[in-house]
Amino acid sequence: MYDFTSLIDSITGYLDSTFSPFWAGTISMVLLGVVILLFYAVLGLYLVYAERKICARMQNRMGPNRVGPMGLFQTIADLIKLLLKELILIRNADNFLFNIAPFIVIVASIMAIGAIPFAKGLQAVDLNIGVLYILAISSMGVIGILIAGWASNSKYSVIGAMRSGAQVISYELSVGLALLCIITYAGSMQFSEIIASQEDGWWLFKGHIPAVIAFVVYLIAGTAETNRGPFDLAEAESELTAGFHTEYSGIKFAFFFLAEYMNMFIIAAIATTMFLGGWLPFHLFQWQGFNRVMDFIPPVFWFFGKTAFVIYLMMWFKWTFPRLRIDQLLSLEWKYLLPINLMNLILIAFLTLMEWHF
Amino acid sequence: MEETLMDIDLKEKEEYIINMGPQHPSTHGVLRFETCLQGEKVKYIIPHCGYIHRGIEKMCEHLSYQQLIHLTDRMDYLSAHINNEAVALCVENAMQVEVSDRVKYIRTIFAELTRIASHQLWWSAFGMDLGALTTFFYGLRDREQILDIFEETTGSRLTQSFITPGGLMADIHPNFQKRIKEFIKYFRTKLPEYDQLLTGNIIFRERTKGIGIMDKETAVDYGVTGPSGRGSGFQCDIRKIAPYSAYPFVKFNEITETAGDTYARYLVRIKEMWESLNILEQLVDNIPAGQIMLELKAVKAPKGEYYQRVETARGELGVYIVSDGGPSPARIKFRTPNFSNLFVINKLAAGHKIADLVAISGSLDLVIPDIDR
Repeated sequence: MYDFTSLIDSITGYLDSTFSPFWAGTISMVLLGVVILLFYAVLGLYLVYAERKICARMQNRMGPNRVGPMGLFQTIADLIKLLLKELILIRNADNFLFNIAPFIVIVASIMAIGAIPFAKGLQAVDLNIGVLYILAISSMGVIGILIAGWASNSKYSVIGAMRSGAQVISYELSVGLALLCIITYAGSMQFSEIIASQEDGWWLFKGHIPAVIAFVVYLIAGTAETNRGPFDLAEAESELTAGFHTEYSGIKFAFFFLAEYMNMFIIAAIATTMFLGGWLPFHLFQWQGFNRVMDFIPPVFWFFGKTAFVIYLMMWFKWTFPRLRIDQLLSLEWKYLLPINLMNLILIAFLTLMEWHF
Repeated sequence: MEETLMDIDLKEKEEYIINMGPQHPSTHGVLRFETCLQGEKVKYIIPHCGYIHRGIEKMCEHLSYQQLIHLTDRMDYLSAHINNEAVALCVENAMQVEVSDRVKYIRTIFAELTRIASHQLWWSAFGMDLGALTTFFYGLRDREQILDIFEETTGSRLTQSFITPGGLMADIHPNFQKRIKEFIKYFRTKLPEYDQLLTGNIIFRERTKGIGIMDKETAVDYGVTGPSGRGSGFQCDIRKIAPYSAYPFVKFNEITETAGDTYARYLVRIKEMWESLNILEQLVDNIPAGQIMLELKAVKAPKGEYYQRVETARGELGVYIVSDGGPSPARIKFRTPNFSNLFVINKLAAGHKIADLVAISGSLDLVIPDIDR
């Protein structure tokens, strides 16, 4: 009903018929880039706003409420402030690496956005190895963090960066294995096919308990991978002031900041796609009337609604839990999550083999 | 001087030293921990204080006893009222006068309110040290109620200077008792929230249990008093050992824990808030009638040496006055609890992770202006 394929096809068809193949390709790429960047910036800003409002709600506060109605333009004002701020150059810092680090972090998360399916046909590239691509790209961000910590020539930054490196590399395993569970169920790494396999029920529901376990593990590991509380050891402001981005100012800091929120969005979007049926509407058994009503809600709303729910869960963790210590963090991964995950995967492989899932 | 600088330089090259402070979010003020690290592990810590030294003891020598009380507010600003009380008691003892029961009751009520307010702020900040940012707003929400009560009677929220040698600055506000009773009722419903948010949390317990264990001998050796000392089973509550003001009239338990770790120190403070509510409940309805100020001709301590100790929210505060008979002390010395509590940190935190150092220094509940005076 709400299929974006025809819209995209008509745009590309128009470009192909009007321009030479080279220019058509270039223009479509530029268009895509502009759309993704705009989407990235706006979504990042409003995630910051959402976080501030949600945490204010949890802390008996009002949150931003001065700039614009309900403070809606607060983050935009903040961004303008950050753009105008002086970029501090640090003596004895490795300037080349220092400047390039925020770009690596932000480019990694922009590239990941490209593979996320927002609705049917509304996806920049539908790779046949979409999950693998996302995992590979999102782990590139840690290189930026390590470089940032190293190049800052600050002891706090180095500790933050080393923590972040250890953390992201360990939790990558759990994220990968949890997603592998669903790949085993769905039998594909392509996002469109994984969503198509959930037409008759989301994997969270029809995948029995192993899918629920995989979802929980994915949420924990995903939160850890984005360096957010209670796993925000890389920035741990009470210990390391601000960790790896202590020495950054102005727009370079904003890049780290935006990338953190967009990484959270990406983690939530993948959770939505893999476990919660992506942009598919919620259906209940054979209740035709109910299902028909649900179908009327556009898939984009379904996608963003589910993603917002997962993001809310992650913010809820952050604002209620204390931070873990580095050794507890690593033992949680290697001693608990990883064995659980491996057992879970074997169980799921068995279930899939016997075709015992719905 | 140059040699020492070179020494530091040499040490810097050989060891990984980070300076936590003077500006650092977890030191709660201008304190500097020279922290030597081995990876994430803390090898040793050298606390450097003196960044907020104002020479309060010297300034006191030039002020009359009524005036110098206002300076004591600025030592441990979170137990300002109790600091005032220490000086007032010391001067009253020296002059061999006794204030009326009414004054004693009101002073004690104020002291217990101060203790609760101080522990609330500590709880807020301790949660923040561990990364639980929401605790800060929960603690401050409840602390506001107490500060409002202070404001109504004394006109001031943080540094009240309500006590003066010989009595009180003013009588209590007519709403005073009613509002305290409201607060007791209110806070009894809010304290379980503290447990839900932090005490029962598995991450919190993992972060605090068995961290920074201080045995009783260490506590005695270093002179660690107050809730930090009582967490190690060191019975050091001055309110019990040498009762002053209205403490002889009330029944309360001295809270001690035996484990001596960060979690024990945490528990002591949480339980002390409950106990302070009990003390308040016993006192608030029984404030006797009487004078609020003795009619003294002049506030002058006779020639001699005087010492008075009280229990602040952080431990034992001692006031030592040497008087030559004049209106101001010839020499005054404050034995502040935080100064003694601070230096045990090397013993507690060495060998632990850097995150534990923050938890331990948070559990000692340091107020930096009290260390430096």
